[in-house]
Amino acid sequence: MPSLLVIIVLFGGGLVFALAGSLGFFAPVGESAFTLENFGRIAHDREVRAAFIFTLILTCVSTALSAVGGILLAVWLRRQMQKSAILKTLLQIPLAVPHLAISLILLNLLAPSGIFARIFYAFGLIDAPSDFPILVMDAYGIGICLAYILKETPFIALVVLTILVRVGDEFEQAAQNLGATAWQRFRFVTLPFIAPAVVFSSLIVWVFTFGAFEVPFVLGRSYPTMLAVAANRKFNSTDLTERPEAFALAVLMTIVTTLFVWLYLRFTRNLVEFEKTSIF
Amino acid sequence: MSVILKKTTNPRIAVAIFSLAVTLPLAWLIVQSFARNWRFPALFPPESSWRAWSYLLDSASGVSTALLNSLVIALLVTILAICLALPAARGIALHDFKGKNLVLFLLLLPILSPAIATAIGGHALFLRYGLTDSYLSVILAHLIPTVPYCVLTLTGSFLRFDVNLEAQARTLGASATQVLRFVTLPSIAPGIGVSAVFAFLISWSQYLTTWLIGGGKIVTLPLVLVGFQRSGDETVTAALTLIFLIPTIIFVALTARFWREN
Repeated sequence: MPSLLVIIVLFGGGLVFALAGSLGFFAPVGESAFTLENFGRIAHDREVRAAFIFTLILTCVSTALSAVGGILLAVWLRRQMQKSAILKTLLQIPLAVPHLAISLILLNLLAPSGIFARIFYAFGLIDAPSDFPILVMDAYGIGICLAYILKETPFIALVVLTILVRVGDEFEQAAQNLGATAWQRFRFVTLPFIAPAVVFSSLIVWVFTFGAFEVPFVLGRSYPTMLAVAANRKFNSTDLTERPEAFALAVLMTIVTTLFVWLYLRFTRNLVEFEKTSIF
Repeated sequence: MSVILKKTTNPRIAVAIFSLAVTLPLAWLIVQSFARNWRFPALFPPESSWRAWSYLLDSASGVSTALLNSLVIALLVTILAICLALPAARGIALHDFKGKNLVLFLLLLPILSPAIATAIGGHALFLRYGLTDSYLSVILAHLIPTVPYCVLTLTGSFLRFDVNLEAQARTLGASATQVLRFVTLPSIAPGIGVSAVFAFLISWSQYLTTWLIGGGKIVTLPLVLVGFQRSGDETVTAALTLIFLIPTIIFVALTARFWREN
């Protein structure tokens, strides 16, 4: 199959070169012997360590919030979804908006002198731009988190809605007739049905956020930043000895992704699920 | 009527909230692109100007070149990705073979891998063969996520395709090309359309890959966009963001039509 050839040559080939570069075979700096030094160096690098913790926390928090938000949105929309093609289209929009575009828009809307700050001012809630909470280029990555929540919540909601519409609500009715409260119906009837969908869509969201570049590049600080931005800085550093460290980071990030793809495949055994993953 | 669904609320509230969430940023972009001297705390711009738009149309800004580059690269990537993906999708959907799970694994990996890892590896690979900083290398790099993506979406189409139709057409005397032209392609046409739009959008949105692999020499729209943002020109950035969003808007219009018809 020619397409597999493309993947193996371009993706696999690149991976092999990155791996070779990370293991001490990066010719431009005169390396040509096997070494694990680059991995040791990034393990003790302050920038990488900070980026690792920052990425892990941001990725987990935004995935968890998107999952909860997605479930709530799906349960709320479920009663209205039956005939509404408009609603379905509206939910698809965030998926088609490039990360770069959503970052640039948020950067301007949420800036200390942005539209939201001006509305706050108009209502007398703040007196100056400096009173507005720092939501972009902030130390905690709030802006980055917001961008991902805006993009991924509708995605998880769409996946969950597909399941909810397919299952119908007979089981919930039965539970209600037997005297189950709303919470009990959700916890013991609805949730078990949607759990696999939530898990597999969350895995995708997690992996995507983990490798994020554009969003932290535009909406974040240079320190602390996410792993992809740190790897990119090392790769483009004028100090060529940093390049093998970038290769090492790329290899480590690919290993994490591989682990998640394997987990994902364990959850979705059948092919039909794949076409629902309209992802960017 | 079911007990729970009896509480069916009017979808109008949800539709109104989501429409606002989508149209307000768009409206802001449009206003910003025409604004002049629009500073805190003014809610509306005091003056209007065509500066940003006339600047974008001016060839000196480099936007027209970037726009052309983006369009040509995205179109070529789309065509190549679909052509490469069709046989693979058919094979996966219609045949059972050993190692199918491995193939799926290999397809998902490039889609889900961080762009930075693919781009860094790709850069090292292309550098070795003297391909960096060229259109060819950028197109090849864009194929990494798009080809597997198209394979997966097209697999869905082939799963719903009744392969016996082809045999029936053959028995009725149709040639192989006629079968392809009148039986196979029409049945998977919607799938091809969806995959093509996605492939186009993926290529169109690539920033990091184009930047690293093209070495800053192949300038596409996202690169110019970041450049204007870094220079602090909010008006031009807003105007260019609108242009950058055109394929997204077309995609939304297409899906809206698709959902209404189905």
